[in-house]
Amino acid sequence: MTTLQIDHVSRWFGNVVAVNDITMTIGPGVTGLLGPNGAGKSTLINMMGGFLAPSTGTVTLDGQQVWRNESIYQHIGIVPEREAMYDFLTGREFVVANAELHGLGAKAAQKALATVEMEYAQDRKIQTYSKGMRQRVKMASALVHNPSLLLLDEPFNGMDPRQRMQLMDLLRRMGDEGRTVLFSSHILEEVEQLAWHIEVVVAGRHAASGDFRKIRRLMTDRPHRYLVRSSDDRTLAAALIADPSTSGIEVDLAEGALHIQAVDFGRFTTLLPRVARDHGIRLLTVSPSDESLESVFSYLVAA
Amino acid sequence: MYDPTVARLTYRALLGRRRALILGALPLLLIGIAVVVRGLAGADDQTASDLLGGLALATMVPIIGVIAGTGAIGPEIDDGSVVYLLSKPVKRPTIIFTKLIVAIAVTMVFSALPTFVAGLILNGNGQQIAVAYTVAALVASIAYAAIFLLLGTVSRHAVVFGLVYALVWEALFGSLVSGARTLSVQQWALAVAQKVAGGEMVRSDVALPTATVLLAVVTVLATWYAGQKLRTLTLAGEE
Repeated sequence: MTTLQIDHVSRWFGNVVAVNDITMTIGPGVTGLLGPNGAGKSTLINMMGGFLAPSTGTVTLDGQQVWRNESIYQHIGIVPEREAMYDFLTGREFVVANAELHGLGAKAAQKALATVEMEYAQDRKIQTYSKGMRQRVKMASALVHNPSLLLLDEPFNGMDPRQRMQLMDLLRRMGDEGRTVLFSSHILEEVEQLAWHIEVVVAGRHAASGDFRKIRRLMTDRPHRYLVRSSDDRTLAAALIADPSTSGIEVDLAEGALHIQAVDFGRFTTLLPRVARDHGIRLLTVSPSDESLESVFSYLVAA
Repeated sequence: MYDPTVARLTYRALLGRRRALILGALPLLLIGIAVVVRGLAGADDQTASDLLGGLALATMVPIIGVIAGTGAIGPEIDDGSVVYLLSKPVKRPTIIFTKLIVAIAVTMVFSALPTFVAGLILNGNGQQIAVAYTVAALVASIAYAAIFLLLGTVSRHAVVFGLVYALVWEALFGSLVSGARTLSVQQWALAVAQKVAGGEMVRSDVALPTATVLLAVVTVLATWYAGQKLRTLTLAGEE
């Protein structure tokens, strides 16, 4: 059993706090690290992978310090977000080199290439690979030594739906085998499909932790504020306030807009377009007006 | 201390891309000039010494050193692919030491070897001039590779800094300010060459014992420090 422990970890770059006092425990199974772009996910994963020192706090793997500890990589497999990966090698040469650096041979490399189903293109240069193929070869290089912890930074970025499904199946299998798998994503849908457990990071802070349903409720069951502009604000306001999903509407004459507070997010999002259509009103602007909620809102749009 | 896989990756990165063309162009230029000079002026010891000292040792060796030394690690750090080396149970100083060996070998092959060939063409190794400058190039290759490997580890602008050091400090300041000559790899290497040549043709401003100590200290310190820097190398995220 491999447990990654992040204990009161903060990281700042100059005056900018990228990660702010985060404590979490990542155990066996698939964990999704969810957060909008710029939330600090990559900073956190870099600290988990030992590529960045926490400004304060500690990151340990089964009690062993990760930072400045090369021997820890016997247990960790890393799939970085960045594309660069010795493009002048063939896929096989690349994975074999990764195996050798772990003290293993071509046999381990071949097994890893088979796991990610890349044998068919293993003798092509990496520079000729598509994004999905690169991702799979990166995956093979991370799996070559059979690690108990797998860290993946935005692994689905730029993959087509089929490649995405394949990688999800693979990660699910890894989780079922009892490995600790952590992947980051800014897309709720991806996390929803794959993760058993979710950690949410927003603006460098640990916003929520738990299973998917709990997180989803946290995100949706609270007042959401919107700014709406339409062809007939007053009629729209009158129709919306009649529904229990809204708790308050202000007609802002100066702005020429409505400020709406919705208490039932799911119901409101279906109500608004329906009411507009029924009354023949054109919706010109619909945007979340609460800045701090905007990032959270973007997940719901994506889902 | 030496990892064959790291060495293989480094050789392929160094000799694969456009870098190999630049690495090959300078030696060819030197040999071409040697052929022309020999053809026009005939065999002359002073000319041979001037050309090997001024062009080969003062210009070509440091430039090849910059390309090989910084190129052995800089591009990997720049594009982030170094993560595949760092995420392995391989000691970071081992990575640096291996890359240093590769950088030294490449610098020697592309600078000392052509220096020897050019020397033979210029005056057929009269007064041991070809051998003396070849030894100087070999010695300088070690120190340059170590210095520029360190530079490649700590700075994203390693090539620029490297060229500034090689061309401005060593060539320009060295010729204007005598103190700068004491802190010059070129002068240290010349001290060794002077010992080899024995005659008056090759001269250094630095005494051989001082030069030897400085060469050793700089090489060891630069390599050690690069290993330390790699241990705490921070890979910034894309955010």
